[in-house]
Amino acid sequence: MVVPDSSAPIASFQQVWKRFGDIVAARDLNLDVRSGEFLSFLGPSGCGKTTMLRMIAGFEQPSEGDVYLHGNRVNGVPAHKRRVNMVFQHYALFPHLNIARNVAYGLKQAKPKLAQNVIDERVDEALNLVQLDGYQQRRIWELSGGQQQRVALARALVNKPEVLLLDEPLAALDRKLRREMQIELQNLQRNLGITFVLVTHDQEEALSMSDRVCIMREGEIVQVGSPRELYDNPLNRYVADFVGKSNFFDGVVESTDQGRQAVKLDNGQSLDVDLSATGKPLASGHPVTLSVRPEQIVLARDRARLPDDAAIVIETEVRNRIFLGEHTEYLLHDDAFGEFLALAPRQAEANEMPFEVDERIYVSWSRTAALLLDNTT
Amino acid sequence: MATKSSWAHRLLVLPAALWLLVMLVLPLLVVFVFSFGERAPAGGYIPAFSFDNYLNLPARLTAFKNTLILAPLGTFAALLIAYPLAYYLAIKASVKIRTTLLVMIIVPFWTSILIRTYAWIYILGGRGIPQLLDWIGIEGVRLINTPYAVLIGIIYGYLPLMVFPIYVSLEKFDKRLLEASEDLGATPMKTFRDVTLPLSIPGIATGCMLVFILLMGEFLIPALLGGGKVFFVGNALVDLFLQSRNWTYGSAVAAALVIIMLVTVSIYMKLVMRGAGQREDVSLI
Repeated sequence: MVVPDSSAPIASFQQVWKRFGDIVAARDLNLDVRSGEFLSFLGPSGCGKTTMLRMIAGFEQPSEGDVYLHGNRVNGVPAHKRRVNMVFQHYALFPHLNIARNVAYGLKQAKPKLAQNVIDERVDEALNLVQLDGYQQRRIWELSGGQQQRVALARALVNKPEVLLLDEPLAALDRKLRREMQIELQNLQRNLGITFVLVTHDQEEALSMSDRVCIMREGEIVQVGSPRELYDNPLNRYVADFVGKSNFFDGVVESTDQGRQAVKLDNGQSLDVDLSATGKPLASGHPVTLSVRPEQIVLARDRARLPDDAAIVIETEVRNRIFLGEHTEYLLHDDAFGEFLALAPRQAEANEMPFEVDERIYVSWSRTAALLLDNTT
Repeated sequence: MATKSSWAHRLLVLPAALWLLVMLVLPLLVVFVFSFGERAPAGGYIPAFSFDNYLNLPARLTAFKNTLILAPLGTFAALLIAYPLAYYLAIKASVKIRTTLLVMIIVPFWTSILIRTYAWIYILGGRGIPQLLDWIGIEGVRLINTPYAVLIGIIYGYLPLMVFPIYVSLEKFDKRLLEASEDLGATPMKTFRDVTLPLSIPGIATGCMLVFILLMGEFLIPALLGGGKVFFVGNALVDLFLQSRNWTYGSAVAAALVIIMLVTVSIYMKLVMRGAGQREDVSLI
């Protein structure tokens, strides 16, 4: 046995490739899963996120490269010999067993054998953890989807896995229940200190629960980072588009001057963008995409009310207005910029009355608000 | 409205109910009535109420013994051969192999069981398997006209009836359950014992029931492969009704068989139900 080192990654991919026939599901992946973190794989279906999860579980073996669990190379080690457990997409609960026996299933496989009273105790504990006390003797089909989800969670957690894998666990639940389970999963993860690895195509889910998010595309890892890092410093348009809403305008770099870059957009407009602390200056002529988050756009009826440091001021027409409670979302239109979104917080609206559809208003954003995304990555 | 529609629904059962009444219940009643009667000199029926026919049943003990040994044995042997095949078809085989094998199992059905059983006479007879065994040094094996020949014929004839229900029950259950079991630390053997096998019990129960009930009434295979030496109750009935024209005694033998089957099948059902533990996800037939 290797003595666990808390600073070492609990799971690790090193130059991992996975092929299914001609299809490449994983392309030279390198990733460390840190002990005790909540990590999400985010991407559209077919991006390889589930394959990664299944390689940690042991259902798939890498075609090339190595997978490590707790510092041990586990290529070829079957799933039943790995101390990781999975919550399956449609739960995969055993229909012929009651709730208690479903939860006890993993404990019953333990060697040396656990005493029945120990098993019972731990099953009760696990069911208590997911708030299903007293459901021991119930049958699977007597439970709602949300309750089945909790049983699946208890069945995995009762084994005290080193890593808990969750394969789109909330996809089958309705919106309200999903929100509740997200909070519960987060609490469980913090209280138990178990590493959670989640697969999802739902960006809101990934961003709200995870410590780190790994964004994938076509078998490759595009960017790994905390939700805030990904939101504030997306590597490219793909990430910016996947993480939250944004407006994109294509253009090229005109010149660079002391951390400020002049950009000429394809629509003929020119504007300045300040480089963020982490941003690298791009050479003149470099193709870029300007990303402006809707909430970064300032709206005003009166041009004079706009901030002085605006990178650009656009006179636009309000095309549509959606009331979202805390915010109001405006769909704006300008001949040069096309349609784009702006989000006005409620407090800001208190000063100026809500804008009406068809009204002409002024909008702007600051030089620090817009992000320059390298179009070659 | 409710009563009207429920009446309309009941009409759906009517044709089948009439058919069963005329073709099954009435003849069965006739058999029971006849079984207490007396045989007329030319083989007819004289109304009477005597238990003589039933007291005479021991005369056909061998037929009952053969049936009650070979039917369960044949069922069990068919199960042992069918299960691995069904498992392979449902879980391991690729779609191409699965389709090919399923076709190979179904196609023989297009030929009459009579012709297929005749073929076995040659396979099991002097120039078939015994001669083959002779060549490799095992001499003096006789198969045809023995209980073994009947058993082989039975297994051959009834295998598909066992394979299909088991195949269906294995095919329809969620294969992710196997992954879930493995994920929870179960070895492949334990996964089979604790997940696959329990979930295929409905198929096993259905297959065994089908094969057993049909075997209890079998007469063709024992007649052809048993050479008149391995008699089933079915053969006794053919003999009594068609050759010796003893309808009243034949009726008593038939009635006894029906009663034996009712008893064994209900005991079997009870055992299976208990084994299934009142599961609602399991429908037995």
